[in-house]
Amino acid sequence: MGAGHGHKLHYHGHSVVHRAPAHLKILVLLGFTVLVVATPGEWYAAFGAYLLVIAVVVGVSRVPATYLLKRSLIEVPFLAFALLLPFVAHGPRTDVLGLSVSESGLLAAWALLAKGTLGVLASLTLAATTEPHELLHGLERLRLPSQLVQIMAFMVRYLDVVTGEMQRMKVARESRGFSARDPRQWPVLARSAGALFIRSYERGERVHLAMLSRGYTGRMPRIEGRP
Amino acid sequence: MNAPVLDVRGLAYAYPDGHQALFGVDLHVHRGERVALLGPNGAGKTTLVLHLNGILSADSGGHGAGAVSVSGLPVEKANLAEIRRRVGVVFQDPDDQLFMGTVRADVAFGPANLGIRGAELDRRVMHALDQVGMAEFVDRPPHHLSFGQRRRVAVATVLAMEPEILVLDEPSSNLDPASRRELADILRSLDVTLLMVTHDLPYALELCPRSVVLSGGAVVADGSTYDVLADEPLMRAHRLELPFGFDPRNVTPRP
Repeated sequence: MGAGHGHKLHYHGHSVVHRAPAHLKILVLLGFTVLVVATPGEWYAAFGAYLLVIAVVVGVSRVPATYLLKRSLIEVPFLAFALLLPFVAHGPRTDVLGLSVSESGLLAAWALLAKGTLGVLASLTLAATTEPHELLHGLERLRLPSQLVQIMAFMVRYLDVVTGEMQRMKVARESRGFSARDPRQWPVLARSAGALFIRSYERGERVHLAMLSRGYTGRMPRIEGRP
Repeated sequence: MNAPVLDVRGLAYAYPDGHQALFGVDLHVHRGERVALLGPNGAGKTTLVLHLNGILSADSGGHGAGAVSVSGLPVEKANLAEIRRRVGVVFQDPDDQLFMGTVRADVAFGPANLGIRGAELDRRVMHALDQVGMAEFVDRPPHHLSFGQRRRVAVATVLAMEPEILVLDEPSSNLDPASRRELADILRSLDVTLLMVTHDLPYALELCPRSVVLSGGAVVADGSTYDVLADEPLMRAHRLELPFGFDPRNVTPRP
């Protein structure tokens, strides 16, 4: 197994946005998201302004727009839901492209679309300009309970390891002629997922042993004085 | 004064599921020795290692007998913190050992658990990384390092605790020949008592003047590594095999 290189969300850079303290960025993201969600759907100009703000921040950070757009595909399932709304909502109806749709549903779909996209873009910008461990430090500085920060830290650390393991299992399956095109083959996938779970669980136990061996007593030591 | 660093007497252990792994093990390691612990798979090597720092013991579940002490301090619940400082265990998979966001934080984890802070903590971290030649990687996340580099950082995480004995589980496994040799150079340069669990017999011969063979949960041989490896009947009886073409008699010992 080769070493993973970089988290898939982070885009290396040295801009002002990259260098800003992580806890500040988290607070700004939180504030921005709350503001966007609280804005009534009819204030179309406001959403344009929000998008402009994100565009400016992304421009300053020098993260390529395509880099963010590709990753914002994660939003697609929500979009599908948004597209359904005009057809299922009640109330007065109007005609769009020859289809009769609900007016309130249309507005709700627009609001969901606009707010969702803005939220996703803003979060991706944060992720692209902040290293995961800086993010954790930021959360710690914001006084998030240390247990939660620890759990997230382990997640960040072992995400690559577990995905690597999953990838190797997939390669090993496919090397033996397996392909999961057919629902009849899903039991195999389920068993793989089970094996992966057991392996991750056992790794968790080994990590715990290694921590105990270095004197872990249940609390992360506070390590200050990072230069 | 001359208490052995590691003193294992009559150690027996059965896991909670009833599987007995150790049947009365005696082992003494003195200061400054480098000892290889050899044995086939399932011989109880890992079980023995986990007893050395009190992860496993008769009172951690399971049934056991016998005693382990480290520089005269018995391995008991009351002494666990000090025992884990004295016995540094490097596990086989570096991904199990390196779990923090940066190399610095990982190496600092052990000494910080001992209550060390500030400048002294920094000194320990940098010194340990210097010893394994990884100082320049101090601010990198461990999962961006190569496997060999991660193995070396894993050794540093334990060195930073300034242990009296370094216990390595399969240090050469999965390393390419160059990383394997680099690790050997590092281990040889350390001024620390060493117990090395390994299947890599040439590595044992290269690094450890003394070898102990564990088989079926008991010590079946304890002597110079050369004598153990050259004893064909003993080797065969305990599923120990030299790599093809390797003959200890043709190896000139290191000065």
